[in-house]
Formats: sequence, structure tokens, C-alpha cells
Amino acid sequence: MTSLFEYAPAPESRSIVDIRPSYGLFIDGEFVDGTGTPLKTVNPATEEVLSEVATAHEDDVDRAVRAARRAFVKTWGPMRPADRGKYLFRIARLLQERAREFAVLETLDNGKPIRESRDVDVPLAAAHFFYHAGWADKLEHAGLGPAPRPLGVAGQVIPWNFPLLMLAWKVAPALATGNTVVLKPAETTPLTALLFAEICQQADLPPGVVNIVTGAGETGRAVISHPDVDKVAFTGSTEVGRSIARAVAGTEKRLTLELGGKAANIVFDDAPIDQAVEGIVRGIFFNQGHVCCAGSRLLVQESVHDDVVASLQRRIGTLRVGDPMDKNTDLGAINSAEQLARIRELTAFGETEGATCWQPDGDLPDRGFWFKPTVFTDVSPAHRIARDEVFGPVLSVMTFRTPDEAVAKANNTTYGLSAGIWSEKGSRILKVTDQLRAGVVWANTFNEFDPTSPFGGYKQSGYGREGGRQGLAAYLRSDS
Amino acid sequence: MTHVLDPNALADTSSGTGTLPDPFADVTRSNDAFRAFLHGLPGVDQVGAEARAKVLGTRSIKTTAKAWAIDTAISMVDLTTLEGSDTPGKVRALAAKARRPDPTDPSCPAVAAVCVYGDLAGVAKEALAGTGINVAAVATAFPSGRASREVKLADVRDAVAGGADEIDMVIDRGAFLTGRYLDVFEEIVAVKEACGPAHLKVILETGELVTLDAVRRASWLAMLAGGDFIKTSTGKVSPAATLPVCLVMLEAVRDFRAATGRQVGVKPAGGIRTTKDAVKHLVLINETVGSDWLSPDWFRFGASSLLNDLLLQRQKLRTGHYSGPDHVSVD
Repeated sequence: MTSLFEYAPAPESRSIVDIRPSYGLFIDGEFVDGTGTPLKTVNPATEEVLSEVATAHEDDVDRAVRAARRAFVKTWGPMRPADRGKYLFRIARLLQERAREFAVLETLDNGKPIRESRDVDVPLAAAHFFYHAGWADKLEHAGLGPAPRPLGVAGQVIPWNFPLLMLAWKVAPALATGNTVVLKPAETTPLTALLFAEICQQADLPPGVVNIVTGAGETGRAVISHPDVDKVAFTGSTEVGRSIARAVAGTEKRLTLELGGKAANIVFDDAPIDQAVEGIVRGIFFNQGHVCCAGSRLLVQESVHDDVVASLQRRIGTLRVGDPMDKNTDLGAINSAEQLARIRELTAFGETEGATCWQPDGDLPDRGFWFKPTVFTDVSPAHRIARDEVFGPVLSVMTFRTPDEAVAKANNTTYGLSAGIWSEKGSRILKVTDQLRAGVVWANTFNEFDPTSPFGGYKQSGYGREGGRQGLAAYLRSDS
Repeated sequence: MTHVLDPNALADTSSGTGTLPDPFADVTRSNDAFRAFLHGLPGVDQVGAEARAKVLGTRSIKTTAKAWAIDTAISMVDLTTLEGSDTPGKVRALAAKARRPDPTDPSCPAVAAVCVYGDLAGVAKEALAGTGINVAAVATAFPSGRASREVKLADVRDAVAGGADEIDMVIDRGAFLTGRYLDVFEEIVAVKEACGPAHLKVILETGELVTLDAVRRASWLAMLAGGDFIKTSTGKVSPAATLPVCLVMLEAVRDFRAATGRQVGVKPAGGIRTTKDAVKHLVLINETVGSDWLSPDWFRFGASSLLNDLLLQRQKLRTGHYSGPDHVSVD
């Protein structure tokens, strides 16, 4: 049966953004050639090559760090804090003015639906710059001592799931606190960072304050291990985070890591079921599940398990998958062939270990990287799909009987980034929140972000906080 | 383009439709039992419901989909006049518009019904004879509902005798808000009986119930009492129809059918003035309860000015340019 009401294609126009055939590195305020072999970045929804991007070798990274050091010593460091704030406000406004360009480019390069890049990624990125712009001349009120000082040059390595947003999370607080940065975007999603470089030029940001070096893991290693980098900030996998921690150990560098997660989304029997189902969908299928804080473990009270799973499956059937540029798309493409292979490998484990796999009927596009929204029921806490981060649209459903059991199961993970609670009972929400070992706990919502709210993890989800007053501490020295 | 993963996800999956014993047979044995049942329904998180309605409001409906939506919306309109100044002439003019909303284009569908006060039902009936367009009459001391039950039932019988095919009643919000659920229930049952063959739409007046929890409870109450439609508002109280309210009511009719096998219609009324608003409601139906409700038998818009905007947008799609308010009739 087809629906009476079929939505006609509603593609966002890609003509608004001008993608250059090749991009250089952004060092000291200008685009320069890199010495490595350029890499190609593709549209994961079509496998079309979008552009060729330079890769930075150690020498290039060294030039970028020296430019950042110069800017820190000569311009950005000595600048009046209020003037630093002005630049950040200007960047925030430019991000808003060119929001459609950024949204289209993000969707083309990353595969996420245009609705999400337009309504979430880009507005939040601008909000982070606005928020931190306001802090620039008020740092003595941040609770970090009477005259907190910047650290110097920050080396920042960011992931491919929220390319522009993660850039904003890293760059905005670093600049607001008076640091300069060398940023390495992910190799599969460098384009919005390079468009951001144009914004820095447009905003007349002094050369060297922001430097963007593209490349793969080797470039990232060069950034974090450069001896003149004072601070390392990384968001990405726990595995890479570990190697960074090892590389930084024994140096003077300050380090913050925001790593993986396997968040529990806990649904009590007194939950608002329809909204809980929306929250479960948002928790695991937002951004194709490429979210470190995704609610990938659904813990449902046994008495409502069947109802919740049935409602959830019905709701998943209504998701619209396909062309990420279509304004009505809910679920876009998996970011890369590598990630798709990893999702397939882990879901295969789920089936062989005895969990029940459910996927809606329906077809996926022929080209590009795609994976159907997947729900595993009959999952045991010992299964790999209940323990390992899949980083894809795959949900594992488990049950509990009492609040204590819910808390014990939710905390039974090596991660601790986020969690969700669904209940109409306020006292229960407060009590359970207190007992959860997770950096962020959402109550009757999920995957809600705000620059005023600190974000970060427990255990193997990393250390340090980003956003809010607490996030400033990662970029300041209070020993004055 | 994108496609829905499972087009059958919202289809009727309840087995043995209509043959199941009513699982709620004893919930109205006492006011306490009824209260326990209604308050035992899953709560509604207002923030979450508003967020869901907002996301669905961003759907981009273009070209062929828009043309289909406009025609469907026109066919779902209960063209309404509920003024103290209404006259037979006004009602006849409205009836003429209901039959041929766009006189320049015979392909334009007729509306579903004309909605008037009970004393004018006869005039409307005569003006619409042979068109297949229904006459809906408001009754039960509309809009406040503040009258004795005898007066309300007499109001209903009078409208039905005048030829009304559909009765739009108001619930006793005072009784509902003080927790006298059984009184509200029994009144709807009595009105339904007085309706005879006429269809019964139950107006919840959600602007006076205020919370979405109350909207869900009132929806279930009205469906259990035998209402054929649940309707948001009289149009005399602000806010009238809103997307989150309509979402909660659609969830209620969906869950009610799953539990009992009986399908109930939904009618948002008041405040829906633009094609954009109407299309958002159709999207809401499409993605909450599915195709089964995408027909005038199961969904109506209670509106007056909406029709003209639908006609203007329809002309725009057909001709490629906007005409203007003088190209549709002032009613």
C-alpha cells in the first residue's frame, strides 16, 4: 500500500554554495598548499567526489603552530578582551548570515539530512560563538580566580559527525579565553571548516589566530605532539583518545578528551509514552546515530516493554530515508564506507549472539552508504551490541523491573557520557539522575544541546567539560 | 527524493475489528472508577508534544503534493458561520459557496459540510438539497454549554428535526474540570441518543481544558461515550485549534481504534486560516495516524476564512500567479 499523501521531492538547492575543485591549508590567514598527497572528500549519499583537499605534513603543522604562537604573542593575546569579543560576535553573525551555505555544504560533505544541518548544527554553532563572545571580557567572573590567563596555542582535533558544530565547540571557547588555535577537521568532512576559514578572513580576524590543517590521522598526531602546543582538545573515538593521552603524558600540555558513549535511555512505566517514543527515535536516529551521546541502550520497565517496542516500531516505519538534501528527509547517509562496515560488523555480532533484529521494510538508495534503522530486542547486557559503541542507527533494547535495577544496568558500562530518563514523576527523575554516572542526564528529552550547558563524560567517555562556565576552565590558567 | 520506510506502519493492524468485547465496559461503573481509568492513561509531556508538532510543521509540501493537499483540505472543510447576526440569506450564500467554492473551475471539490446554529439547519438543508453536502448544526447551548440537560437535549432534537446531518455538541467543561467525569460522559451518551441517525461531534473546548493531559482524557471520555468525531473548539475561545492539541487527539483516536476496533474522526476548529496551517494538519495526520484518516469521513476543518485562502493557493498553482482577495467571494 502506498500512502494517499506522497510528498513530492523538496530538494534544497546546492547552487548557494560554491565548492572549489581544490582547497589548501589555512595558515596565518591565507590558504596555502600542503606538502602531503591531497585527499578527496566525497558526498556519502552519492559517492560523488566533492573536492580535493590538501593534507598537512609535520612541516605544515609546524608552520601553523608557529603562526598561532606569533598571533598569541603579538595580536590576540595582548588584545583588549572586549575587542576579542567583538571578533567573536562578528563571526557568529557571519555564520548566521551564511547559514544556508553552511547547512548545504555540511549535508553534502557529511550525509546528514538538511533539516538537521539547517535547524540544529548551524544555529547551534552560531549560538556557541555568541555565547562565548559574551564571556570574552567577563572571565574574572568565571569562578577561576581574579585574573585567569590563556594557555597559549591550542591543538584541536575534531570528528566527522558534527563537523562545523564541533569546530564551534572547540574554537569559540579557545578564542574567547585568549588562546589561538590549530584545528584539524576530520578527513572525511573538511569542507565546512574550510568555509569557516573564509569567515575568519571576512571577519578580519588577525592572521594566525585560527589555523586549519586538513589531513588524516598523521596530521592529527603532528598537531597534538607538536612541542609548542600548550593545550590539546580532542573529540572522537575512545581508541584514538587513549593514544593521544599516551602521547601527551609527561608533557606540560593540558588535555581534554570527549570520547565515546553507550548511553542508557531509561523509560519508566509512568513515562509519557508517545513523547518517550519520540525521544527514543531522536536519541538513536538523530544524525544516523553518529552521536557520541546517542541513546543506544534503551532500558524499558518490563511492564511497558511490549507497548513501547510496538509504538517504536510503528514510529520507525514513518521515518523518511534517502536524499539528505531533501527537506523532508529524517535519516540520511552513513558518513563513510569504513563506518558502514563497522556498523555491519557489530550488528552481525548482535544476531549471532542471539538478540532479535528488527528493521522496517522498504528500500534504501542504490548508491552511497546507507544503513536501515535497526532495533535489537532480547538483548542481554553481556552482548557486544549492549556494550560496544556502534555509532550508527542501531538500538539495543533491554528491560528492568525496579529503579535500582535501572540505575545498576545504566551504569554498567565503561562509558559515561550521557543518559536519559522518561517519567512523569519529578522526584524519581531527581533521584535517579543523582545515581547515574553520566556527564549529561536528560529528563523527558534527549540530544538537546545548549552552549550554556557543560558537556563531557565520566570514565572512558573522557575528561574535561565543554560549554558553560565549566568549559572555560579547559582553556584558562588560574594560577595568577 | 525520500521515501517512507514502511508505508504500512500506520495501517490498521487490530484484528477482528468491531467484534472484540469492549475492553472498557466497566470503567464507567462509578465516577471513581472512571477517574482512575482516565488518570491512568499515559501522560503527555507538553514540551515533547510541541516539539514533535513543530518538526512536522517544517515538512516541505510542494507541487503535486501541494495540489493534492489543497483539494483534500477543501473537501474536508466544514464551512462555518456562527454569528448572532446570521440570517437565512447569509446561510444560503454560504451554501452556494459550499457547492461550488470556485465558480471559475468546476474541478474544484465541494466542501464537506456547512455548519450553522440549530435554528438555521432547515434553511441550510433546503439550500444544500441533493448536493451530498452535509448540514452540521451546533447544539447543547453552544458555545458555553451552560444550560440544563433538558434544554440541551431539546436543542439537539430541534436541530435534528430541522434536518441536521451532524450535531456539534459542547462538553460540560465545568463538570470536567471539577472531576465529575461520569456526568460529562452520561450527557454525551444522552445527546448521542437524541441525535438518532445524525453524526455526533463532541467539542472538547481545549482552550478551556488547557493541559494536554486533560485533552487526552477528554478525548477518551468522548470516544467511550460514543462520539463519532472529537472536535477541538467552538471557535469562541482562544486558543482554539493548535497543532500540539490536534496531535494529542490524533494519538487518542489511533490508540482507541487499536484497543476497540472503532475509528473516530477528528475536527480541529477555530484559528486555522491559511493553506499552510491546513497542510500542516494534513502532514500531522499522515505521519501520526496515516491514510485511514485522510478523508472527509474522518477529518474535518471547522473554518470560515480558510476556504478562501485554499482557493487562492489553488488558483496560484493552476495559473502560476497570485490573484488576490477580490478573486474569491466575500461571505
